[in-house]
Amino acid sequence: MIAFEGVTKRFGPWVAVDDVSFTVEDGAFCVLIGPSGSGKSTLLKTVNRLVVPDAGSIRVDGEDIAALAPEELRRRMGYVIQSVGLFPHWTVERNIATVPALLGWPKARVRDRVTELMELLHLDPERFRNAFPHQLSGGQQQRVGVARALAAEPRILLMDEPFSALDPITRGTLQAELATIHRQTGTTIVFVTHDMDEALKLADRIAVLDHGRLVQYAAPRDILANPAGDFVRDLVGREEWGLKRLAVETAGERARPLNGSVPDGEPLPGDTPLRRALSEMVSRGTDRLAVVDGQGRPAGVLHLSDLVRP
Amino acid sequence: MIRNRVLFALAVAAVAAAAALPFLGFAPNRLLSGRPIPLSAALDPPWGLAVLPGVWLLAAPFLRPGRGVALATVGAAVLLASGLLVLAGHHAAQLASSASPAARTSFGSGFWVLEAAALLAALDGIRRLELAPAPRIAVGAGAALLLAAPLLAGQLDQLSILKEYANRRDVFADAVVRHGVIVAAALVPTLVVGVPLGVLAQRRRAVGRVVFPVLNIVQTIPSIALFGLLLAPLSALAGAWPGLGISGVGLWPAVIALTLYSLLPIVRNVAAGLDGVPAPVRQAARGMGMTPAQVFLRVDVPLALPVFLSGLRITLVQAVGLAAVAALIGAGGLGAIMFQGLFANALDLVLLGAVPVILLAVAVDGALRLAVALLGRSPA
Repeated sequence: MIAFEGVTKRFGPWVAVDDVSFTVEDGAFCVLIGPSGSGKSTLLKTVNRLVVPDAGSIRVDGEDIAALAPEELRRRMGYVIQSVGLFPHWTVERNIATVPALLGWPKARVRDRVTELMELLHLDPERFRNAFPHQLSGGQQQRVGVARALAAEPRILLMDEPFSALDPITRGTLQAELATIHRQTGTTIVFVTHDMDEALKLADRIAVLDHGRLVQYAAPRDILANPAGDFVRDLVGREEWGLKRLAVETAGERARPLNGSVPDGEPLPGDTPLRRALSEMVSRGTDRLAVVDGQGRPAGVLHLSDLVRP
Repeated sequence: MIRNRVLFALAVAAVAAAAALPFLGFAPNRLLSGRPIPLSAALDPPWGLAVLPGVWLLAAPFLRPGRGVALATVGAAVLLASGLLVLAGHHAAQLASSASPAARTSFGSGFWVLEAAALLAALDGIRRLELAPAPRIAVGAGAALLLAAPLLAGQLDQLSILKEYANRRDVFADAVVRHGVIVAAALVPTLVVGVPLGVLAQRRRAVGRVVFPVLNIVQTIPSIALFGLLLAPLSALAGAWPGLGISGVGLWPAVIALTLYSLLPIVRNVAAGLDGVPAPVRQAARGMGMTPAQVFLRVDVPLALPVFLSGLRITLVQAVGLAAVAALIGAGGLGAIMFQGLFANALDLVLLGAVPVILLAVAVDGALRLAVALLGRSPA
């Protein structure tokens, strides 16, 4: 659990973070979003004390981080940045092993952990273990960056626009993998982005920041349903609001119970976002789709009209 | 069609020198000026064949460039450079057999142009080969061995520069050691002061704004002037505390002046090397939980090392050269032999001092270039 209380940070006359208070629950995926200069990245850096707030406090699991040695605190948290920042003179293996080495893990345990993480992030250990960062593509480098952050099994993972510099396809893949890792490990993630689609896709809590102030802190569908003012509405995007709304609900939630015939065609899994379901209807030229549950059993039928039901 | 302009220019210069300039000079004794001997007069078989590799070098500028041509050029150029030495040495021996022991045979201007052209052709070829460090060491060592072979085999003993050497064997060995001592003695304070100063200048811009202009001005002071400037304060110091063992002439002012000159490249390259460490890498290192000391030792130092070594290379090459001038204030070293020759108007004595200085500088330069290349190849 990370609790921000009245956190304020000034750089000269500029107030980067202005009296921000909120709590990130254990195991949450919290996304900090806002335009450039909104203070989201500064706020993230207060958690591992790369930035020391001028006022307010941050408690991690009830402990005020101001009382901890910064290095000790940072070794307990994973940290991923947009420009990756891999150590160019170290191999992939040594990069991933950075924090375990600082913590003095035995060699065999470090090696096993590196192998495990490379497999988790779909990097062939045989091929890449001894490669240097410059030999990797941008996407592979950020995979190493994420593996490095996860190496010492941190309970908190801080990510500062980690996928912004990647091409859309690589970004999508890494987003999906990160969601899986989050589900599997239960790590608390604080993730900074300026991309609302990314936030809606990944977050279970979104903190919207504007000029250093916390404007809204809510679950994605609440942000869409009840945006706190024009700023949040603009951030969500007025034109595509409806489609974004569809993106955070699933076919299973809206499908009506089976009643007679099942529509033809490949059925959709229940956890398919409604936006994807709409796309399927358009591309298949139909207004009805079969929906199945996790075991592949028929679970209901989704009609086009179900999408627009309030 | 000319495919390699560098090689072509060298070939033209070499042919002109071979035709118009004296290859050797022959004098009845070391004080009289010599009678010129053209290359053509020295070309009697079988030793005349030593210049045969030159034929390839005349053709090479017109061949399509490639690794094969470059490799052959390096081989031919080194063989020619070595062959010219052999030829000169052999002809000197021939002349000596029918002259008085005081007679001297020395290298003529034609020899120097030809030898320089051959060595430059070899360097051009090595550059074009774009070798990895290991083969580069092999080629460099092979070339050095081939060039040293005539000297080691005693082929050059009848040339006047080696006669000068034979007369001063002990002085020469002492001078080489002394030269090394001066450079090494200046290197220690340079590193002790320069490295921390470079780190500080990079971290605190205000320090850099003071340090760099001062060191730049020091660089512009001519070395003789700096030695002179140090003379007065050091003499005063020596007068005040004779117990310190300091003196206005000799080793002390030489080491101080050399240190002052050496600081700029070291401070500048330490700062530049640290500047070159990407900010995200440093940020990640801190974010991972490295202490400031760990960030410095594990990230800053290894990443700045190649640039630092370039600075060290510049410093050492410069110091080897400047240490020769320090002989003027009684510091000794190879410069002492050089100046002795200059004042006695004995050109071969000048060469006996100057050639080892050049070789020393080239060796230092090569060794450190290699170190940088090795670091760049396998970052560890």
